[in-house]
Amino acid sequence: MKRTILMSTAAAFLAAGAAHAEGVLNIYNWGNYTSPEMIEKFEKQYDVDVTITDYDSNDTALAKIKAGGHGFDIVVPSGTYVPIFISEGLLMESKPNEMENFVNMDPTWVDVEFDPGRNYTVPWQWGTVGVTVNTSVYGGDINTAAIFLDPPDELKGKINVVPEMMDIMSTTIYYVGGEQCTMDKEVLKKVRDTLVEAKKSWLSMDYGNIEKYAKGDLAAGVNWNGASLRSRLLNEAVAFGYPMTGYPVWMDNAAILADAQNPENAKLFLNFIMDPENAAMLSNFARYANGIKGSEAYLDPVMAQAPEVVVPDELKAAGVISKTCPPEAQKIYTAIWTELQK
Amino acid sequence: MADDLSPARAARERRSRLLLLTPAMIILLLAASGPLLIVLIYSFLTPGDYGGVVWKFSWDAWFSVVAERDFFTDELSFADAHLSIFWRSVKLSLMTTVAALIFGFPTAYFIATRPKRSRDFWMLLIMIPFWTNLLIRTFAIMELIRAEGTVNMLLLWTGIIDEPIQMLFTEFSIMLGMVYVYLPLMILPIYASMERLDFSLVEAAYDLYATRWRVLRRVIFPLVRPGVIAGSILVFIPCLGAYVTPRVLGGGKNLMLGNLIELQFGQGRNWPLGAALSLSLLAIVMVALIFYVRAVGRDGEKAHG
Repeated sequence: MKRTILMSTAAAFLAAGAAHAEGVLNIYNWGNYTSPEMIEKFEKQYDVDVTITDYDSNDTALAKIKAGGHGFDIVVPSGTYVPIFISEGLLMESKPNEMENFVNMDPTWVDVEFDPGRNYTVPWQWGTVGVTVNTSVYGGDINTAAIFLDPPDELKGKINVVPEMMDIMSTTIYYVGGEQCTMDKEVLKKVRDTLVEAKKSWLSMDYGNIEKYAKGDLAAGVNWNGASLRSRLLNEAVAFGYPMTGYPVWMDNAAILADAQNPENAKLFLNFIMDPENAAMLSNFARYANGIKGSEAYLDPVMAQAPEVVVPDELKAAGVISKTCPPEAQKIYTAIWTELQK
Repeated sequence: MADDLSPARAARERRSRLLLLTPAMIILLLAASGPLLIVLIYSFLTPGDYGGVVWKFSWDAWFSVVAERDFFTDELSFADAHLSIFWRSVKLSLMTTVAALIFGFPTAYFIATRPKRSRDFWMLLIMIPFWTNLLIRTFAIMELIRAEGTVNMLLLWTGIIDEPIQMLFTEFSIMLGMVYVYLPLMILPIYASMERLDFSLVEAAYDLYATRWRVLRRVIFPLVRPGVIAGSILVFIPCLGAYVTPRVLGGGKNLMLGNLIELQFGQGRNWPLGAALSLSLLAIVMVALIFYVRAVGRDGEKAHG
């Protein structure tokens, strides 16, 4: 009798397991960046169990994936890191350009420098690096990188800088008058000195600050436009500024890892996020633009006119599309960055 | 008993003991020394461009634990950044240990002096938070001390302060978090020695006109000393390697050793340096442990003398 119960319980468990999902998919993505609603839709549509793991910077993702044994299927690196991922042999050539929903991709984002013709990656979201300021604390001009590099007294000690090396390095290089990927020692020395001096006025170097800006733990800082918009929706006083001296424009892209355990589900997922309605779900959650035509129809009205998403005309020219810098430049940047992080 | 055994039997006994110990020794050798050896080897290699290592011998990692070369002027200087993080880790760990002792000792005394039946209840109250996930407890602290958190709101409401105090993302918040997280590790060993304490000795001291302070210092404290030392070590060592608490409550700017090491394997792209720093941390822990063994050893001798 006992044995029968045991057996039937075991059988029930097995059946439940089988009924639960056809397969699994492990996504490795930036924290608080994946629409739970869209994941639920994907799980239902394809009968796949999705697990999401967070990271807080491109370098964290690169380090963990390079170390191996991670078990992830999909990663979402920024455009500047895609060539590194490819040259290190970490991505699978999954040919999104042959997928059914590829026709929806906005042509401007097809022949991108980091993945010409889109053989590896699919757009996730794109946006800008700028400064978030609580205007009830500081009422001055916010379209300047001085907000975090030479902050006014009201903001000192209440500033956060996101721990994303290239975004911070580029914004600072533009601020001191240099070019993207510069290796000019004079410029870089100025960059280092400016950052080291500015750090004294910073409170933290942290990822995931949406509610900290809204609740007043932070009064200003380097931020991404969508995250800033999400803070504003919680607290009207939070505004986003575009540094006049130049600000990076980036795109994050979903790609399948070379050693993915579930490549078929991962391909289904890449195709899935190129569907306009699904891409809009991503944007409605993370509050950035996506690279998919026709998604506008499904976007929340709050995004259509948000100054965080629609760059004001007079500031458009200051945007610089981020490129991948050569390893020699990256080496110096890394050295400056580590010095800064200590 | 050994006298009863013939030499042949004793030898057999020794052999079988050795044989029985072998599996444990092999596991220790493979699982502890093996990885450590890899760490040691990595600390003498050259970092790869995007993390990882290149198999080329180099002293650079060990060199940069204590010294740094300015990459613009090639000037050599003390790695004050590393040293200040080492110092911050040791300082915060010591402060945490002292604070945990100040709060833990009276708590253990209080519980040990309750009637036997209610002691379990008090111990349960100490243990329950300990069962909660470390991360959740750390975020709970964050909620309490943030600018618009419970503590600041209460102080503002009572009029003690006019403006929120900046507590989050400071060394204070890291210490507060660590004291909260590791306090049970201090209370438990002290309570264990306190429970065995013969309170008639305390009564005797009072009968001999000792003051309360004197009783504490000359009678209670010497008797529970092993518990205090064990508790201090149990708090001090995990604090040295703390990662989550300084990460969440320090805001990524007040690094401790654990965070500095992690940085080398992530954004710093310098695995050899991370390996060298890990071994340096290990050395500090060893020093603390040697101190512990000697302190306890002295106690043992005294007890026999």
